[in-house]
Amino acid sequence: MAEPLLSATGLIKRFGGLVATDNVSIDVRPGEIHALIGPNGAGKTTLVSQLTGNLRPDTGTIHFAGRDITHLPMHARVRLGLARSFQITSVLREFTALDNVALAVQAHAGHSFRFLADTRRDESLRAPARRGLEAVGLPARANTPASALSHGEQRQLEIAMALAGDPKLLLLDEPMAGMGVEESQRMIGFLQGLKDRRGMLLIEHDMDAVFQLADRITVLVYGRAIASGTPAEIRANAEVRQAYLGEGDA
Amino acid sequence: MSFIASLRTPRGLITALLLVILAVLPLLTQAFDQRYLLSIGTRIVIWAIAAVSLNMILGYGGLVSFGHAVFFGIGGYAVGILSHHGVASGWIQWPVAIIAATLWAALVGALSLRTRGLYFIMITLAFAQLVFYVGGGLEAYGADDGLNISRSRFPGVIDLRDKASFYWLCFALLCGTLWFCSRFANSRFGLVIRGAKSNDLRMTALGFPVFRYRLAAFTLSGAFGGLAGILLANEGAYISPAMMSWVKSGDLIVIVVLGGMGTLFGPLYGTIAFFVLEESLKPILDLFHKGWGEYWQIVFGPMLVLIALYAKGGIDSLFGSPKEWRRHG
Repeated sequence: MAEPLLSATGLIKRFGGLVATDNVSIDVRPGEIHALIGPNGAGKTTLVSQLTGNLRPDTGTIHFAGRDITHLPMHARVRLGLARSFQITSVLREFTALDNVALAVQAHAGHSFRFLADTRRDESLRAPARRGLEAVGLPARANTPASALSHGEQRQLEIAMALAGDPKLLLLDEPMAGMGVEESQRMIGFLQGLKDRRGMLLIEHDMDAVFQLADRITVLVYGRAIASGTPAEIRANAEVRQAYLGEGDA
Repeated sequence: MSFIASLRTPRGLITALLLVILAVLPLLTQAFDQRYLLSIGTRIVIWAIAAVSLNMILGYGGLVSFGHAVFFGIGGYAVGILSHHGVASGWIQWPVAIIAATLWAALVGALSLRTRGLYFIMITLAFAQLVFYVGGGLEAYGADDGLNISRSRFPGVIDLRDKASFYWLCFALLCGTLWFCSRFANSRFGLVIRGAKSNDLRMTALGFPVFRYRLAAFTLSGAFGGLAGILLANEGAYISPAMMSWVKSGDLIVIVVLGGMGTLFGPLYGTIAFFVLEESLKPILDLFHKGWGEYWQIVFGPMLVLIALYAKGGIDSLFGSPKEWRRHG
């Protein structure tokens, strides 16, 4: 079995008396989609925030691509190839779609202490940005301000930005949220096409999408990982059925 | 958009006209024998440099720094103190003043940029007040009363005592500052700063160490603010703590908001509007009743409210919306 790309061990995060992450260990291998599911309030976003560096775990370690990144700040983790998309769409609204992706490309193109040259004429940023928009199916919207894109288009743009640095690992926080059935299916196809080249940790409420995409699934309930295994194993797991799938919204 | 093409838009035309008038102002004031106007013009140009520099962090960066006038003070006092001790050469005074302003900006930025929102406003204000009170306590340099100084010497190059030469120097430096700002706004650096204004968490998640870029922008802004301070001290041949009072910092914010935050020429429009209103409202009110001129801000205040309510983008937005994002594909 391949060496895990990302492996978190024994993560604990408390907020006052609440244990939001209770001794969770999770790993993602290259070329694998590992889905993280659980009811609302299970601590999925808190866990992802620790992986990205937005939050520091109280205890536990995180390794990525052979390095201990537990104490690295968020921007440095992104530089190593750990990209995330947000649950709440957070594109830069006053910039065009192309500007958004070009900025994401720029983030990986060395430092940005360049004060004089016009970045919008910089083909070393614009060309990869245009390719990024094509990859997610948004080439026609390149010069549209991000605020004028539809919700689904903003999610696509979000993915294009996350992919800009050719990350080794993608953390996708509910990429299908708010999408219609057709858009979701397109996104599922797109994500399947990506996984040969990178690992993905997918948080998603849409169970159809999860069972279509995931190679492995970890179920989080009240901050604890109650089960982890293949989709078939998870489907068969009695505890999971009771705690989560049995709620009837699957 | 090329410069020539921009002349076809109202914004471009008005801006070009303003710049031409500013460029020949000394000739106009001489022709009409209005020396006093040249002095106002000089102060407008100097304040515009400060406003453009504040706009770099306030307008493009979304960081409400409520202590920008401190750089008037630091630039001014560096020149004044050196001059007081017999160092008259501008070649020494000016670099020292700009370095002092830059270092102070770096220090204040390093501490204040760790905070957000209201805390950032209060900390920048607190640091500015600190320097203000230090200035007021410097007995050797006139304390609260300030200090008359002699103007910086650039022997054989320019005589700053000549009003017209000094004005043109200030105008050239304003043009340089505007040029820099126009490049900055669309540079890689500028886009990081503007992106962080829009959503700083997103910029961090893209891989940008946002704090470093903001610190650099804050420092740069302080350096240009220091330049304005040098010029202000030379304009009046006088320094005093009043040049860095919090009221001046507030005026600078008003100017940038009035002119149009995050626009290239907004701070220039704002400065001109501010000074023209101040200078014209006073005599107009005095016409109604002697002494009312002192309360010109009673009229100015509601005008600001109207701008805030009906012209969110400031004066700049009155010329139509900029088509910046359609410039290049």
